[in-house]
Amino acid sequence: MEEKPRPTWQIILRSGILGGGIAAYLCLVGLVEAFSERFLIGSFLTLGEVMLVTGILIAGLLTARELKDNKILATGSSLLSGVVSSLPLILLIFITMLFVLRPEILGATYNLRDMFVNLSPELVEILTLGQGLDNLALGILLLILLSALMSLLGAAFVLLPRRWSLGLISGIAWVLVIGIFSDTVSQIVRQVAGQGMIRVIFVNEALTPQAAVIIFAIAFVTGFFSVHTRIQTRWEGIPQTQQSRTRMILLLAAFGFLLVLPWVVGLFLSQALFTVGLFVMMCLGLNIVVGYAGLLDLGYVAFFAFGAYTMGILTTTGSLGRGGLNFWMAIPFCILVGVVWGLILGFPVLRLRGDYLAIVTLGFGEIIRILALSDWLAPFEGGAQGVLHIPYPNFLGIIFDSPQYMYYVVIAGGLIAAFVTIRLRESRLGRQWMAMREDEDVAEAMGINLVQTKLLAFAIGASFGALAGGVWAARLGNIFPHSFNLLISINALAVIIIGGMGSIPGVIIGALVLVGMPELLREFTEYRYLMYGILLIIMMLVRPEGLLPEATRRRELHTGEDENFEPVSQQPVGSDR
Amino acid sequence: MLKGFLDRYLERFSWVSFFLRLFQIAAIIIIVVGVYNTLTTAKYTNAQWVTLVFAGLAQGSIYALIALGYTLVYGILLMINFAHGEVYMAGAFTAVFLANYQAESGFLARSPWLAILSWLALAVVVSTVIAILLERIAYRPLRNAPRLVPLITAIGASFVLQYTFRGFYGTVFRSYPTVPALQGTVNVFGAQVPLVQLVVLIAAIILMVILYFFVDRTKRGKAMRSVSEDHDVSRLMGINIDRIIVTTFALGGALAGAAGIFNGLFRPQGVFFFMGFFPGLKAFTAAVLGGIGNVRGAFIGGLLLGVIESLFPNLILEGLGIPAVNQLRDAFGFTMLVLILIFRPQGIFGERLAEKKA
Repeated sequence: MEEKPRPTWQIILRSGILGGGIAAYLCLVGLVEAFSERFLIGSFLTLGEVMLVTGILIAGLLTARELKDNKILATGSSLLSGVVSSLPLILLIFITMLFVLRPEILGATYNLRDMFVNLSPELVEILTLGQGLDNLALGILLLILLSALMSLLGAAFVLLPRRWSLGLISGIAWVLVIGIFSDTVSQIVRQVAGQGMIRVIFVNEALTPQAAVIIFAIAFVTGFFSVHTRIQTRWEGIPQTQQSRTRMILLLAAFGFLLVLPWVVGLFLSQALFTVGLFVMMCLGLNIVVGYAGLLDLGYVAFFAFGAYTMGILTTTGSLGRGGLNFWMAIPFCILVGVVWGLILGFPVLRLRGDYLAIVTLGFGEIIRILALSDWLAPFEGGAQGVLHIPYPNFLGIIFDSPQYMYYVVIAGGLIAAFVTIRLRESRLGRQWMAMREDEDVAEAMGINLVQTKLLAFAIGASFGALAGGVWAARLGNIFPHSFNLLISINALAVIIIGGMGSIPGVIIGALVLVGMPELLREFTEYRYLMYGILLIIMMLVRPEGLLPEATRRRELHTGEDENFEPVSQQPVGSDR
Repeated sequence: MLKGFLDRYLERFSWVSFFLRLFQIAAIIIIVVGVYNTLTTAKYTNAQWVTLVFAGLAQGSIYALIALGYTLVYGILLMINFAHGEVYMAGAFTAVFLANYQAESGFLARSPWLAILSWLALAVVVSTVIAILLERIAYRPLRNAPRLVPLITAIGASFVLQYTFRGFYGTVFRSYPTVPALQGTVNVFGAQVPLVQLVVLIAAIILMVILYFFVDRTKRGKAMRSVSEDHDVSRLMGINIDRIIVTTFALGGALAGAAGIFNGLFRPQGVFFFMGFFPGLKAFTAAVLGGIGNVRGAFIGGLLLGVIESLFPNLILEGLGIPAVNQLRDAFGFTMLVLILIFRPQGIFGERLAEKKA
């Protein structure tokens, strides 16, 4: 079906209103105002302003993309669509003025701010670029001007020659990233280069203008000369044996780097690293269930909880303690409990598929949490009070009381989990899982014992979850049933999906992005799950295979679109890998 | 003869069925013992049981209205609209501001029915718009994607909606004003049943009948049923599939919006951004209980689940000597869901779907 090209005015209007709508949405949700005090560069640019112009950039980008054959027309149109996109924002200003700030004008009896908490004087202040209600006309004029300019910038990404736009994008992206993560970056810089360097780069958590310009220039040049692609072509030119040797050395270097990392980055970042490692460990387990066996499990937190409670009850010095084991002796029990509960909860759902499985497992997770909270079981596991006084692990006299020590525990756990996962994937069982994921009926017809295969997936996946739970309990010292809510399951699932289902590097990347980043960006805590949701949707729409997918999965999801699609059935089955 | 029977049995023997059967028997024994113990100790009077049943029916009619949204969408797209609970929340959370404003200005006291109708209108409009947007943005581009993909999108959408409304309206718990006209009780079978519960039940039944006529008698309804049978053939018959799908989402959204107001009438507290999550899950349970994809089933399933939830913790768990049974009410709902899906995935009225299409 050939679609008729839309008239230009329609394109302008559509993308303008879409972009402006996004900007207005960000204002209403509170993202703009919440970050209006968070400076990125000196005292010029705040994160709130960046949020505000994002929508407008999109307006320009969309317009330019549809009209890119005619550059002059595209430039003019994107200018216009920028103006259009300022309209929703202007509407917002007037609504705030009439219903919140100056109700006497229309005689409004209801303060709209009781409903929309973000329609504040500060928002008007931001939207009118600091002019406020006193200079409303000037403020609106400035807003329109800004919108037009930003829309042009968005259009520039599309319309400029490829090298220029690449440079521009990477320059802006790097400045923003370093500005946003200034806290983290400054901590690392302090450890590496000392206090003097920080004063050059950062001022009150923001980049100094000079530093911003330098970073922009460096990133621009790398983007402009596409250094990345050059290195890649060089790399592909190196003979195969040398490539693998270099890769080995790089891997060892990375490993060594991992080992010293907590002492380089300091306490706070070590805690973040610990959490990331914990999630990697847990998600590798979920990855077996969801990524390999294709069983969508939304109640994974149950196993995490079982592990944590096992650790808690077996080691605590408080009144609930039974056994009085130490951390290392309790770990095998955690894993065992995980396996047993994986089997018990896996058994009833053997015959369910797809969405039904997801909902039932979600139900299991909630049942476990509610039971843990109830008075009924409180004599055994503490009820709402939780389990307190879980001792830190003790290794050869060193007490693991800081995240820097616990980091090594999760690194070890993660390595074991990764090793097990890789070996399983290559094994007969792993191939059975994948066959089952693709089609249960066919897999059964091929002689795969579905009961056994599914139960093994649940049990092994659960054991990793329980292991993570045990380590987590020992790190925290106290556990409460409230912590084991659905959000942990969703977090873990999102890590796998965004990283790329079934791929181990994907899990690590996913954990870094989804768990590590929010740990570093404490300001974002309020909006963490909003970002998650948006990320999940966008990911599914744009790149359903995830950031670092397995090769087969990518092929599967992009069959037909990919011209370089190579048939895989060249080799006889069984001789691969 | 016994040997022949045993042989035939062993031929078809599977450990899964065996254990599931054991599990089933255990569940039945637990229920029977619990009920027996509770009834013989006679802790509650008959009037108390009737009160519990009506509270359950009112709660159940809310589940039923939300469940209709799940069932309608499932019937047509074969997907679980995980974010439907958030559609319900959107309407209820928006209308609470109007309700409080009217309570303050005295409008509610002067003309309560008009006020409630205006809340209903607002909630229905907001929920419908949200449902349509959801379909347009999150689901339509993925219509031909693998089954897992829209489910994950739905989870994402659920989060986006929750935290969007959290951003819009803040984190404060709101509550609906009490409606003076709906206070008071009615005598039913010797028990005092709150008037508001009866009103909610009757209103839900009226909405249900309207929906039933829409699906059964109108041309659009006929098209909906046709699309749920077969997309391609329907398209050949000249039905605009997209429009039908939008209609379905809009209908589900409208019913969820109404459910939000009914909920606010008889359980005023606890209006906040997360309020849709558990009712959404419960309503899904209700839809499955009635047989997902089946309009009548969703309604009956909803009422049944409401009654089960309000009766059974007292009826069964108390008989087993478990303390503080009301803490376990939610767990009970989920246990129901698990049991139904394991033992009768087709629900009360439904065809067998859980294995075939899902």
